[in-house]
Amino acid sequence: MADTILVVVEQRESKLNRISWETITAGQAIAAQTGWTLEAAVVGSGVGPIASEVAEKKVAKVYDVESARLEPYTPDAFVHALREFLAKHPAKLVLMPHTYQVRDFVPKLATALETTAISDVIGARYEGGKLLFTRQMFQGKFVADVSFAGSGSCFVTFQNGSFRADKVEAGAAAAPVETVNVDIPDGVVRNHPQEVFKEAKQAVDLTQAEIIVSVGRGIKEQKNIELAKQLADALGGELAASRPICDNGWLPMDRQVGSSGQTVAPKLYLALGISGAIQHMVGMKGSKSIVAINKDSEAPIFEIADYAVVGNLFDVVPPLIEELKKAKG
Amino acid sequence: MKQVPQKDAPLKLNDAGTWIREGVSYEANEPDAFALEEALRQKEKHTGEVVVITAGPARAMQVLREALAKGADRAIHLEDDAFVGLDAYNTARAIAAAIKDEKFDLVFTGLQSDDYGYAQTGVILAEILGWPHATIIMQIEKRTEQDGGGIRVKRELEAGFFQFVDMPLPAVLTIQSGINKLRYATLIGIKQAKNKPLRKVTLAEVQSAMGANLQKIERLYLPQKTKNTEYLEGPPAEVAKKLVEKLKNEMRVI
Repeated sequence: MADTILVVVEQRESKLNRISWETITAGQAIAAQTGWTLEAAVVGSGVGPIASEVAEKKVAKVYDVESARLEPYTPDAFVHALREFLAKHPAKLVLMPHTYQVRDFVPKLATALETTAISDVIGARYEGGKLLFTRQMFQGKFVADVSFAGSGSCFVTFQNGSFRADKVEAGAAAAPVETVNVDIPDGVVRNHPQEVFKEAKQAVDLTQAEIIVSVGRGIKEQKNIELAKQLADALGGELAASRPICDNGWLPMDRQVGSSGQTVAPKLYLALGISGAIQHMVGMKGSKSIVAINKDSEAPIFEIADYAVVGNLFDVVPPLIEELKKAKG
Repeated sequence: MKQVPQKDAPLKLNDAGTWIREGVSYEANEPDAFALEEALRQKEKHTGEVVVITAGPARAMQVLREALAKGADRAIHLEDDAFVGLDAYNTARAIAAAIKDEKFDLVFTGLQSDDYGYAQTGVILAEILGWPHATIIMQIEKRTEQDGGGIRVKRELEAGFFQFVDMPLPAVLTIQSGINKLRYATLIGIKQAKNKPLRKVTLAEVQSAMGANLQKIERLYLPQKTKNTEYLEGPPAEVAKKLVEKLKNEMRVI
């Protein structure tokens, strides 16, 4: 198999998903360490402009994989197209962002090719002729170095924020773009997706908040949300939550931070009783300052906290509200 | 369903640094609990049978027992210590082999596990079975014959977006946490569970369908801190004072 790294760029409704730049940065880093050739592919219908956009980056070649049946997205069509493409253009490594769309089709694609996908990877390094991929385990309590033990293509998906989109290197000249038309026969696509929609009116835009007080399972009961609300008020910030709190209906869904909710980067993110599940952390790890209050000293949230309070939030928050009131006069 | 260490169980590495030590407290993987609940609700709406399956050591029996007590009709246990160390591909292959004589309309899995976090087993299983799939599901409705039959599911996308997808049966769905409200087992349910059918499947029965793991955990370790975390210690009142001082003079947010 050729020493090729292929990045499959994500697009939705003919718009490049910007997280793809992170994946190209990852591809460039691995190419620099291994000396392998980096190529990219865009899969869709009428996505030539995206291929040209990607061709400005430091990649050897960009493929524009086209079929009218690739829009709207379905796992059947994407797997069919990429199988056909990879049969003609084999790659040792196939890299993608760990998005909901990729999660939907990559395991199927890897299985169809009798290989595997190393998912939700946060780092990669080349050591003694072997690629090691770092991924979180046990909800971030541990990390593992994982190697590929197969002989076919190795698929790898990268967690949001693991590489920097702004570090992607531009090419000296535009890379060549090759259009590859794939044939997706009748009957391949079994699912019929409807229009994408947003549920409730977004009453609060957490992405604009400078201060966020966020609550997790440690708040224990719905009535205790009031305590967090008082703290948010004392700080002049917005109240947010991790997924289980919104699932319980204790706070509305539009206050959820994480992969299924909003991605925020406030000046202050104060996490109350949040353990720090991966899906939550991807939504807030870019915050300027993170303060975590949690009674479990091993909670993964402390890995990314600037200030940590190991203790019961019900002991710490009331005096904190008092002190804030005093400080603000 | 999968049995995983309890959320707040203190975990320790084994001597080889490749996995955690056994002997912690375990529970049903949370998204799997929602998948079971959804299956029970679908049965209550449309009649039918709910079968629960797990691959794991003898201790994983507890997950099946709880599922039967909540209302599942029968259980299948792929029982062997070796099932703990399988990658998602092999887990799915073992499950597919164990259910090859069954005639299911729907297979539900949780969207991911709290231990490995692959988020792949359900989708791989669909590909092995040759069935369509949909992931991160928040709602399932049966469609009438006039509407083309099959089901309509609501997929969760990122950043608060959703999408309805119509699809034929049989199908595999991976279920998102929070799709429903979990029930508790009743005393009578716990009693009845003891008499419900349980089929045990040994590793030997499914091994021919499996292969070598394609992913190898070279080393498991504690995350290296990338941040210089400052711990604020002392009695609550003192901690509150220190924190306000930091908020004011270092983070400069008040």
